[in-house]
Amino acid sequence: MKAIIIASAVIAVIGLLGAVLLVAASKLFAVTEDERAKEVELVLPGANCGSCGYAGCAAYAKAITEGAPVNQCIAGGAAAAEKIAAIMGVEAGDATEYKAMVACRGDLSHTKKRYEYHGIPTCAACNVLYNGDSSCPFGCLGFGDCVKACKFDAIEIVDGIARVDPKKCTGCGACKTACPKRIIFMYEYKRKPKPIVMCSNHKKGVDTRRECTEGCIGCGKCVKNCPVNAITIHDNVARVDYDKCISCRKCVTNCPINCIIIPDRELVGAEET
Amino acid sequence: MIAAKLGAIFFSMILVNNYVLVKFLGICPFLGVSKQLSSAVGMAVAVTVVMAMATAVTWPLQQLLERFDLVYLQTIAFILVIAVLVQLLELFLKKFIPPLYVALGVYLPLITTNCAVLGVTILNIDEGYSYIESLVCAVGAGIGFLLAMVLFSGVRRRVEDANPPKCMEGLPITLIAAAITALSFTGFGGIVENIFGV
Repeated sequence: MKAIIIASAVIAVIGLLGAVLLVAASKLFAVTEDERAKEVELVLPGANCGSCGYAGCAAYAKAITEGAPVNQCIAGGAAAAEKIAAIMGVEAGDATEYKAMVACRGDLSHTKKRYEYHGIPTCAACNVLYNGDSSCPFGCLGFGDCVKACKFDAIEIVDGIARVDPKKCTGCGACKTACPKRIIFMYEYKRKPKPIVMCSNHKKGVDTRRECTEGCIGCGKCVKNCPVNAITIHDNVARVDYDKCISCRKCVTNCPINCIIIPDRELVGAEET
Repeated sequence: MIAAKLGAIFFSMILVNNYVLVKFLGICPFLGVSKQLSSAVGMAVAVTVVMAMATAVTWPLQQLLERFDLVYLQTIAFILVIAVLVQLLELFLKKFIPPLYVALGVYLPLITTNCAVLGVTILNIDEGYSYIESLVCAVGAGIGFLLAMVLFSGVRRRVEDANPPKCMEGLPITLIAAAITALSFTGFGGIVENIFGV
């Protein structure tokens, strides 16, 4: 009997000491949680894509309650911003919608394979081997690292290159980080879309031509035709300054290779009309 | 001589008697959190801290229990201490390193039931180590755990890229990879004893 009492007492004392310690610690390390953070978190898409600049949806929700702007969630877009604004009782402001674009047109009919690749089927792995198996060392490899990275199922591989479905794309930018070639760009998705140069081949025109029949050869025709001087040739590839661009589409119509496109007209518009 | 003995204990805990890969303790977080290097390192550091703190408390506690003839309370008393320490760590992480707290998720409170932690405290007593030796052993065990986690998270990333056959996807191939990693650690047998001449 005595043994039982002693044993129980010893354990109780240890437990009590631990409890006192924990109570003190919980007072010391107390984290105050705003109840609205939970509500905001429910409105957010919950994919934890990180495009708002915070670690995840929960972290962004917490930041909102501490005064961060409500329109930073790119995946949730204007709808989410409005709902969050309603919870927080502030103005929503303009949430710019972004979409991803794989800036490459070198599909299987326009590029060749330099060697037969039988390794691990990811772009990152293939890229390590002589910059990939495609004849163009700058273009899309088509193993779909971006497809795997996309949490919204918006990317698929067509003819050996990745294509983004702008209807499903939320502009979170996960694919952009996953792409070892760094050829995925985020563009502003609005009424008057701005042109995108669909090539990143930095070699001279002749060499580009040998590698891909759809690549920018840096001829400068777009530069000459641009009324606001928004285009420059940089490392043999045309670059558009979106601050100057007025969406006149002259570069699109004048490009001899057709490698400058207006995203809506080519992809979204084609389906709708 | 003392330094040599401490060194031998420390390095044998990392290489020869690695808790995860040789003694097969603490497999749950080893398989659960090793997917990403960052959370694997976070987990291993948390476990190391808990191991060191737990040993620091349980060793004197054991002396106390022995004095009052209560050694049969060892297991329950040790688990109580570990549980308190893990709770303390959880509060600490939640306050100061929230991203790690979120990344570790359910595995953080599960350190309580991580048999590697209880294992290191009890085996220290069984080996008859002094207080300093026990602490060195605990830190060594933690570093060993860290080493195993870091190595395996690298192995695992490659395994996941390698497209195994359908029936092997996920845990089966992970377990096979773990077995091969463990096998490689048997190569360290005897090496530490010979270097330190203990």
